[in-house]
Amino acid sequence: MTEPLHRSLGLTDDEATEIHDILGRDAVPLELAMYAVMWSEHCSYKSSRIHLKRLPTEAEWVLVGPGENAGVVDVGDGIAAAIRIESHNHPSAIEPYQGAATGVGGILRDIFTMGARPIALMDPLRFGPLDDARSRWIAEGVVSGVSGYGNSVGVPTVGGEAVFDPTYIDNPLVNVLCLGILPTDRLVLAHATGVGNLAVLLGSATGRDGIGGASVLASAGFSDDDESKRPSVQVGDPFEEKRLIEACLELLDAKLVVGIQDLGAAGLSGATSETASRAGMGMDVDVSAVPLREADMEPFEIMTSESQERMLAIVEPADVDRVYEICRRWEVQATVIGKVTEPDTDGVGWLRLLDGFDGEELGRIPADSLHEDCPLYDRPRRPPADLGARRSDDPSRLDPPADLGATVVGMLTDTTWISSQYDHQLFLNTVEAPGGDAAVLRLKHPGTGVDTGRGLALTTDGNHRWCAVDPRAGTALTVAESILNLAVVGARPLAVVNCLNFGNPEHPEVMWQLSESIDGMAEACTAFGVPVIGGNVSLYNESRGANIDPSPVIGLLGIIDRLVRRPPGVRFVDGGRILLLGEPSTALAGSRWAFDQGHRGGMLAELDTVAHTQVADLVRSLVIGGLLHGAHDVSTGGLGVALAEMAVKSGIGFNVARIADHAELLSEAPSRVVVCVDAETVPAIERAAEAAGVPCSRLGVATGDRLVVKDLLEVSLAHAAAEWRDRLPRALGEGTAQG
Amino acid sequence: MSTRVGVVLFPGSNCELDVIEAVCSLGAEGEILWHGDATTNGVDAVVVPGGFAHGDYLRPGAIARFSPVMEAVAEHARSGGPVVGICNGFQVLTEAGMLPGALQKNRGLKFVCSTSRLRVESTDSVLTSQLSVGDELVVPINHFEGNFTCSPETLAELTGDDRVVLRYIDNPNGSVDDIAGICSEDRNVVGLMPHPERATSELLGSSDGRGLLQSMLVAAGAATVA
Repeated sequence: MTEPLHRSLGLTDDEATEIHDILGRDAVPLELAMYAVMWSEHCSYKSSRIHLKRLPTEAEWVLVGPGENAGVVDVGDGIAAAIRIESHNHPSAIEPYQGAATGVGGILRDIFTMGARPIALMDPLRFGPLDDARSRWIAEGVVSGVSGYGNSVGVPTVGGEAVFDPTYIDNPLVNVLCLGILPTDRLVLAHATGVGNLAVLLGSATGRDGIGGASVLASAGFSDDDESKRPSVQVGDPFEEKRLIEACLELLDAKLVVGIQDLGAAGLSGATSETASRAGMGMDVDVSAVPLREADMEPFEIMTSESQERMLAIVEPADVDRVYEICRRWEVQATVIGKVTEPDTDGVGWLRLLDGFDGEELGRIPADSLHEDCPLYDRPRRPPADLGARRSDDPSRLDPPADLGATVVGMLTDTTWISSQYDHQLFLNTVEAPGGDAAVLRLKHPGTGVDTGRGLALTTDGNHRWCAVDPRAGTALTVAESILNLAVVGARPLAVVNCLNFGNPEHPEVMWQLSESIDGMAEACTAFGVPVIGGNVSLYNESRGANIDPSPVIGLLGIIDRLVRRPPGVRFVDGGRILLLGEPSTALAGSRWAFDQGHRGGMLAELDTVAHTQVADLVRSLVIGGLLHGAHDVSTGGLGVALAEMAVKSGIGFNVARIADHAELLSEAPSRVVVCVDAETVPAIERAAEAAGVPCSRLGVATGDRLVVKDLLEVSLAHAAAEWRDRLPRALGEGTAQG
Repeated sequence: MSTRVGVVLFPGSNCELDVIEAVCSLGAEGEILWHGDATTNGVDAVVVPGGFAHGDYLRPGAIARFSPVMEAVAEHARSGGPVVGICNGFQVLTEAGMLPGALQKNRGLKFVCSTSRLRVESTDSVLTSQLSVGDELVVPINHFEGNFTCSPETLAELTGDDRVVLRYIDNPNGSVDDIAGICSEDRNVVGLMPHPERATSELLGSSDGRGLLQSMLVAAGAATVA
């Protein structure tokens, strides 16, 4: 018995019935294929949308919130910043280089679609453990892909994260964030307005790569026949993308475009229906006009291909010749493939697929039904059965580590092996390079190049351990960590974007995790007054039958009101005094150490958003005042790892005391920052802390060639630094990380 | 009138605006020279900037050398005007035969973006005239194909004629004889892999590139007077 077509395309029986009801007839295969990609989880967010509505999205500086290609905020001086984060997890698991490369390409198009020039990329990456050969292969391929595409397309990669953990074995997370800036008055939206206007397809010819990528690959788990999915992975061409960026920005500068949209997941089906639907219009699409790589492609292949480096511009007929001229100069192919049409008397905008504008009608679909009106699911949610038992089992009952020095040193990883493969300096903006708590960029006007004397700061953060213990509190803690990461470089937060990487939404426990995580993010963002202006949801992250730990990634954009000096950075100066700002803690639940012991229980340390804000405000003012030589927030690995990282990065040891036990050294409780200051500055810092209502404790001195925590830990700096520096090169190959 | 620096723009170049910003910060004027136009517009100095001209397809610089602008750049050099190729620009100049040798993939076969320490080896070039032999400079590098190589005869010629202008202190890419930058026989064409324009502000980590670019502007001024 043959499977019905809709099922092999990834549509459920109920969805097929709904399509029949919308059209009032059976869909032809072309239409069914378009519904299948547009209604896929990846494109429609059908399992998450009802939950995402709970996020706070408004603030007076928000120009564009969620729902467009990127969120946009006003950053002053006539400048707007566009930001978005995306995942390319599944393609990268199958074909690491191209999966990661096309992830970069896709996010760039989302940014210049808004009229912004992309100025920075960040790559939060998660891989399986370094002792797993396939995970190493994936990691190396992904990093090469980001490097190969990002460097060549000419956008610096200024930061990111790399986490190696068994939960990501066979299912890496490859998230990519892009930031762009634009003169505020150049902002464009992806709307196909104006009856009679033309839809011009820009960029690459359309091929068979990536057909069904959104539905087949991104919206289902993995099984043994992964190899057969490789043709669903797209292939990227950064040189084509570079020319496309320059051509599109020139078209926008010349005001030749009324709306523009990139072709991402779902290809032409997405770009044509979304631009028409947003404008309340219809569109006639001449499928036969689309330039092809292979002559014998079927209409359904043309409409669902995910070939990269393509844009759809909506242009007034009188301007088409000038559009062609600019595209010719940049060697970018441009072809009229559609016309904006009036909605019918019932207000329905129809997407008509035609074989020539005056030729046969191949299909006819209400544009809204592909985009806005896709089905939404409130899938069953259920907390895990052992939740109560797990929460009452605190890791404080575990025996302390026999060798605390080895425990701390074992958690140090220098990510230079990764970041040195990325151009992180282009555009002369990068003040703080990868390796700091947040990237810092000079803010220059995108039109005039004039330096504003201010800066932008960017961080991405995620912690699957916190979220595995408690997805709601863990996500809130992640937002809090991001805020501190910005504070230590002197920045205040402006806007959050998020990438929600979760398992199979058909499992009620995963839906519970997702819903809880969104609530935690909403609570924290509301408390901190930071709007969520965009996001991406990646579900079905599972392999070998297990869901990944819940892995929301938070991207936070901030602004530095006065950028006159480099931020203090993760470092000590010789003879500097080491202070801890914030309340000491011994809470171990969700800590890296507890998880390394296989302990996934307990209650996370509570986040006091008022106290947290006091710490962040204090640190920010100290940084801007130039009072600190070093500053580092306490996060993964706790105070011990924070101190050790400051030591290995500066080549200066430390001698600290008054830390009670291993729990106080390894706790990852929030709202704490280690700072290094001159001896004579200590009283001033203490007075400032007291005035701010922030506890401040003197820990010790930065000096010497050993890491010493009195009565707890003593290791040589040289050993710690070598372990830190060599961990990735040893596992992944020497490369040129040395020297 | 301030010195005019022309910066060549091929499709795929990406450091052109950075070079213009850097030379402007030194009081010069910068302008784009489009690859398809066979002229240098009468500028005083030409920079072939970093990036990925024509996507580095086939081989870095292999396609760019055929662009109409390159004949004008060669003519500018023949008449004594300064020409500086940075990173991809160095690759283009070797492909165009304006400098000897070639840039192959880095030892280690990985892209490397980092900070390099350089030593000035000769001050008899348009890029180093305002510096002293032995000066140490901190200048960023950012390349996959930066491993300079050449025949033993060419190497002997370069060293014998004092045409190695910059060497790496910690060789990051396997370049023969630690070579980071060389000049032409007439000493007015210089190619180097490090990016002086990325080292023009302490806020960004180093201002050691200013002396290099300043040398180029001095040479450009002299060439104009002549």
